[in-house]
Amino acid sequence: MQTQEIQKISSQVRRDILRMVHGCQSGHPGGSLGCTDLLVDLYFNTMNLKTDAAGKVVFDMDGKNEDLFFLSNGHISPLIYSVLARRGYFPTAELATFRKIDTRLQGHPTPHEHLEGIRIASGSLGQGLSVSIGSAQAKKLNGDSSTVFCLMGDGEQNEGQVWEAAMYAPHHKVDNLIAFIDENGQQIDGPTEKVMSNRDLQAKYEAFGWNVMRMDGNDATDIQNTLIKAKAALGQGSPIMIIMKTEMGAGVDFMMYSHKWHGVAPNDQQLQDALAQLEETLGDY
Amino acid sequence: MALFTYETKKDTRSGFGAGMEYLSQHNPKVVALCADLIGSLKLEGFIKNSPERFFQTGIAEANMIGISAGLTLGGFIPYATTFANFGTGRVYDQIRQSVAYSGKNVKICCSHAGLTLGEDGATHQILEDIGLMKMLPGMVVINPCDYNQTKAATIAIAEYEGPVYLRFGRPVVPVFTPEDQKFEIGKAVHLVDGTDVTILATGHLVWEAIQAAEALLEKGIKAEVINIHTIKPLDVQAILASVKKTGCVVTAEEHQYNGGLGDSVAQYLAMNHPTPMEFVGVNDSFGESGKPAELMEKYGLNAEAIVAKAIKVMARK
Ligand SMILES: Cc1ncc(C[n+]2csc(CCOP(=O)(O)OP(=O)(O)O)c2C)c(N)n1
Repeated sequence: MQTQEIQKISSQVRRDILRMVHGCQSGHPGGSLGCTDLLVDLYFNTMNLKTDAAGKVVFDMDGKNEDLFFLSNGHISPLIYSVLARRGYFPTAELATFRKIDTRLQGHPTPHEHLEGIRIASGSLGQGLSVSIGSAQAKKLNGDSSTVFCLMGDGEQNEGQVWEAAMYAPHHKVDNLIAFIDENGQQIDGPTEKVMSNRDLQAKYEAFGWNVMRMDGNDATDIQNTLIKAKAALGQGSPIMIIMKTEMGAGVDFMMYSHKWHGVAPNDQQLQDALAQLEETLGDY
Repeated sequence: MALFTYETKKDTRSGFGAGMEYLSQHNPKVVALCADLIGSLKLEGFIKNSPERFFQTGIAEANMIGISAGLTLGGFIPYATTFANFGTGRVYDQIRQSVAYSGKNVKICCSHAGLTLGEDGATHQILEDIGLMKMLPGMVVINPCDYNQTKAATIAIAEYEGPVYLRFGRPVVPVFTPEDQKFEIGKAVHLVDGTDVTILATGHLVWEAIQAAEALLEKGIKAEVINIHTIKPLDVQAILASVKKTGCVVTAEEHQYNGGLGDSVAQYLAMNHPTPMEFVGVNDSFGESGKPAELMEKYGLNAEAIVAKAIKVMARK
C-alpha cells in the first residue's frame, strides 16, 4: 500500500483515539497517538490477515496461518480498538462505547468480552512478550509459517519479566517473531531516563541474542522499509527487535514533547484544537 | 435523619499522601518506594520533604518488594507503594518469601483497590487482594474508610513492628470520621447502635452501610453498624458482642466474597457462634470499565444492596 494511503488512515485513527478518550474522559492518548503509524502499517499493509472470499477480515481465536499481533502495553487500547474497527473486525460505531459500562471496549484490551481481534488481556505491563513468544512457538509446532508481532513500551522495559522473555526467545530460536519497543522516552512519572534508565536497549537485546533494528516509528516510509528488512531476516535463528523512536502524542502539537498526555483526556476545547490538526479522511464514527 | 454528616469528600489515597507527608517530618526511619505512580499515590509531599528517603523503582514491582525487605535490615521502615493489583497479586511470592515468611517490617500500601478505580477496568481492579494478603501468616490487613482514617492508619502502622497491607482507593468519598482520631490496629469502630441486624463494613462500604442503616431506620429496623477497618487481626470480641445482641449479620466490602471480610467473619462465627449471615461483595466475577457509581450499582455494592441483604438475613433468624 502507498504510504500516502497509510497516512490517510492514520489521520482518521488519530481522530478516533482523541474522540474516544474525550468521550469517556479517561484513557491514554499520548502513547496511542505515538504508535498509530506502526499499527496502521501492520494491519493495513504488513500483516497477512485471514479474510473471507469477499476480502473481509475474519477473526478466530487460534489465528492459524495468519500473522498475529499482541499489544503488551495495553493502556494504548484506543489505538488498537480504532485500528481493528477501521480494518473491519467490528463496527466503528462501537468505538463510541469505549470504557463505558457494559462495553466490549474495556479500558485495557481483553478477550473476556469476546471482542474480535483481541486474543489476550493486557494492561498489567510486562507480560505481552512472553505471550507472543509462546504463540510463535505454537505456530512452529503447527507447521504454520506466519509471523507474530508484539509491541511494548519503553517504560515497560523496567519489568523483570520482559528480560526473562528476552533471554528465552533467542535460546529457543524463536525466529518467527518481530517485536517492537515504543521508544518515546516517556513513562508516567517523567522521562524514562530519569524514572529508570533503560540505558542502551540495543546493546542489551543484542547481548541477549536478538537481531536488533531501529526505525522512526512516526515515518510511514521508514516503517515500511524497516519491516521489509525485518521480514527478510525471519527464519534465521534469531528473534527480531525493532526499537522505534516515536513522539508521545504525535500528530497533535500540544500533546508532544512531554509525558503530560500519557493518561489524560482532552477537554472540549482541547479536543477541537487537536481535531483541527487531523484531517477526517474516512468519516468519524 | 442523618446518622452521620460530612463537609467534604476526599479520596482515601490523599489521606495516605497526607500521612506520608506527616511521616516525612516525624519519623526519620520511614522510607518510601514507588513503581512509576508517584502522582496516583499522592507521594509528592513526602518526596518534597525527604527526597533522600524516596526510591523510584520504575515499573518493577517485584524488585520493589525485594528492595523493601532489604531496607528493613538497617532499621528502616519501607512503605512500598503502587496500585493494589501490582502490589499484591503480581508480586505474591516476593511478598510471601522476602516479607511475610522472613518477618520483615515492610508496609505494602496500595491505591486503586476494587471496582471504584472505574474506567481502567478489570486488569487493574483487583478484588482478591484482601484474601491474598490475609492468607499470609503474620500479615496485618487494613482497609480504612475515609481520608481521615487512612491518614491515621498510615501514621499508626509505622509504630507497629511487622508486615502490613494497607489498602485504599481512588474515588472521592465522604470524610466523616474525626480528624484527630487515634488509629488502633485490630480495634473495630462502633458507628451506629442497633438491635435488629449487625452490619460489618470495611473501606468504601462503611459510608454505604451508614446510609443503609438510615434507610432501614425509616422502615423501623435498627441496624448496628461497625467499621471493620482491620480485617486481620479481626476484632472478634466486637463482632461477637454485636451478633449476640442482633442475631444476624451482613458484611459489606469492595472485594470478592471469596477471601474477603465476610469470609473471615463467617469462619469465626461458624466455629464460635453460628449466626445467619449475608454477604455484600462481588460474587466470583471480574470487574469491568465504567464510572465508579455505575459499577457499584451493577455489582450490588451500595446502600440499597446492604438494605436488601439486611432484610433478607433478618427473615432467616
Ligand atoms: C505492572 C504494571 N505496573 C504499573 C502500571 C501502571 N502504568 C500504566 S502505563 C505506565 C507507564 C508505561 O510507560 P511506557 O511503557 O513507556 O508507556 P507510555 O507511557 O510511553 O505510553 C504505568 C506505570 C501497569 N499498567 N502495570
